[in-house]
Amino acid sequence: MKSKTLLSAAPTRRNVLTGLAAAGAATALPNFARYAHAGSDAPIKIGFQVHRTGIGAAYGRWYERTTNAAAKVINDAGGINGRPIGIVAEDDGTDPKRGAEVLEKFANQHGCDIAYGTLFSHVVIGSAPRAAELKLPYFVVSEGHHVASGMLNRYTLQPGITDVKSQVQAMAPFVADNLGKKVTMIYPDFAFGHNHRDFFSEAIAAQGGEVIAKLAIPPTETSFTKYFPQIPRETEVIYHVMVGPSVLTFVKELGEFFGPSHPEIFGFIDSLEAVDFASPGLEFLEGTHFWEGMPRYAQSNQTDADKFYRAAIGIDDKGASLDDPKDVSTYAHMFGCWETLYTIKDGMEASGYKGPADRQSLIEAVEAITDMPEGREHPQGAKLFNGKTHQVFGPQYISKVEGGKLVVQHTTSIEDGLYPDEVDYTAQSF
Amino acid sequence: MEFGPHLLLATLEGLVQASVLTLTALGLSLVFGVMRVVNVAHGEFYMLGAVLAWFVTSMIGGSAAIGFMAALIIAPLLVGLLAALADWLVLRRIDYDPERTIVATIGLLYIIQQVTLMTYGPDAHPVAPPFNTRLALPWFEFTDGGLSMYWPWGLSTTSYKLFVIAAAIVTLLALWMLMAKSKLGLILRATQLDGETAQAFGIPVEKVYALVFGMGAALAALGAVLVVPIQQAHYLMGDDPLLLSFIVVIIGGLGSLRGTVVAAILIGMSDGIISVFFTPTLAKILATLLVAMVLVYRPNGLFGAKPA
Repeated sequence: MKSKTLLSAAPTRRNVLTGLAAAGAATALPNFARYAHAGSDAPIKIGFQVHRTGIGAAYGRWYERTTNAAAKVINDAGGINGRPIGIVAEDDGTDPKRGAEVLEKFANQHGCDIAYGTLFSHVVIGSAPRAAELKLPYFVVSEGHHVASGMLNRYTLQPGITDVKSQVQAMAPFVADNLGKKVTMIYPDFAFGHNHRDFFSEAIAAQGGEVIAKLAIPPTETSFTKYFPQIPRETEVIYHVMVGPSVLTFVKELGEFFGPSHPEIFGFIDSLEAVDFASPGLEFLEGTHFWEGMPRYAQSNQTDADKFYRAAIGIDDKGASLDDPKDVSTYAHMFGCWETLYTIKDGMEASGYKGPADRQSLIEAVEAITDMPEGREHPQGAKLFNGKTHQVFGPQYISKVEGGKLVVQHTTSIEDGLYPDEVDYTAQSF
Repeated sequence: MEFGPHLLLATLEGLVQASVLTLTALGLSLVFGVMRVVNVAHGEFYMLGAVLAWFVTSMIGGSAAIGFMAALIIAPLLVGLLAALADWLVLRRIDYDPERTIVATIGLLYIIQQVTLMTYGPDAHPVAPPFNTRLALPWFEFTDGGLSMYWPWGLSTTSYKLFVIAAAIVTLLALWMLMAKSKLGLILRATQLDGETAQAFGIPVEKVYALVFGMGAALAALGAVLVVPIQQAHYLMGDDPLLLSFIVVIIGGLGSLRGTVVAAILIGMSDGIISVFFTPTLAKILATLLVAMVLVYRPNGLFGAKPA
């Protein structure tokens, strides 16, 4: 009779496979495991919450490429406090529940020093409370106003990208002065879109304009024509901002709806991030305006920092991958990852960060940062960090589509985007 | 937008949606009618059709029309073969037991979805339509000078959307001819009526099942190939069609092809019109409510046969 042990003389196919799988799993352990009890040259582990799947996947892919490029540049220059940084990436599926679980894995399983990198606002809002409970510094790259609004906590910071409130406040005068005062807004129906709705409505009213219709569209929607008849006839400007896998369909159907005679169109580049402007059906965008966090096309006055940044990630002058010109980046957002990693570096160096015991002093050190000069560490432009609200402020770019390329027309100043503090996180205890 | 043009636009949008939904739901209904099993992986076959259409068009390159025509043939064929293979390897071995089939097709759903994620990736990719001319539509109004024609802002459709509607009608007619007039249709109907007796008369029921499962999946894939130039191919796009197909099949009566067509047009049109005038969420609420009412008052669906 055949015994049912793993050591039976003639192994069956099944138990050989089981054994192989176990051996495979053991060798696949992250390299960092080797440093578990090593000395001071062990890597600083940065848990990277990345949208590899779900509706944020296009952003996630480019956030990851930017993060890896920045980590390499930092490590090649000697790392942080003489230690290399190691990126521990985990997919959160662009899902708030999974996001919170991923933070737990970073803190308890991977032994990460900090967590970093989240974009979609609902994932940030779902994860941030867990970061505070775990006492894990959480550096988000999200654009949402939830950090500066006081909704989150002392452990959550946004030092690498400006928030929607600041962006739309800086943009609104340009829209009112150059495009029109009666605006119809089309935005995704979740926190990020609601930020646009609320703050742009306020900002355009301050310019003597008015939002005459608001079209909220579920971020998982795949067909859009049915929403467009709600656009009132007297609309002078369409303000659109859309996210998710169907953005190209959204913009194409907008063009098909209006045909040759459309009102002025002002879009947030989010509606076309990771989308090639040469895609069929986008010809009508010629002459329309876009907000860009950072100009996708290299401009005539391109800075040395922008050149260096593009080369480090592997991006050409049109914002597409050097290997595949059809693989267009999320150029207007992903600089936030690069700049956040450098701010983390500055904070760790200022606080003499050694390990998880120094997490609080790291946050205090970042809160003490104010000016961030333009340069290779901050290729998008000079910035001003507000330690009380944990939010950074910086320039915004308004571009016009000319000959199928985005050409910058106007750059707003840091001051254009400033608003009074709504919270003082430094007054909260750790 | 005024009421008249608005309603016309809503109807056009609803018709496009109804066309695609009819094909997808027919696939589900066919499988249930003949095999008496519920295929939970149906939406993933739909998604595979769209993704394969992208692969075919990007591999062929050149003119959009040639690539699209190739995709229209190759994608449903490959998906049908894959489904027949799944039937042969999995469903046949569990004897088409209804409960176990549900679990098995849920497994199939995850396998197809995750393999697509690993190979095709998480991004949405567009497929160029073979032709796409914007057709502005006129509207009439009474003015002082009598009836006059004008062109309302936004009232338009595209030639491709009209093609989708036409293609769905042609496919429906072909399927009806196949079921009603051909020898294969006779075999399918015999198997549907009584599988055991059919087997006693020499019909290779197992092969018929594999064929039907493949045909059902191919219909879903065909619907997806038609819709992919309007939307985009994405690995999660199978969820909505699965839900809507279930709604349609329950309302129309499981296994009743005529009921499926009527219900698909009803749901597709009402979804189009209600989403245009009110909100898409309300359209889904009403459709699901209708399912509940049908289940309570006509458990066999509007056109379902009474249980023997």
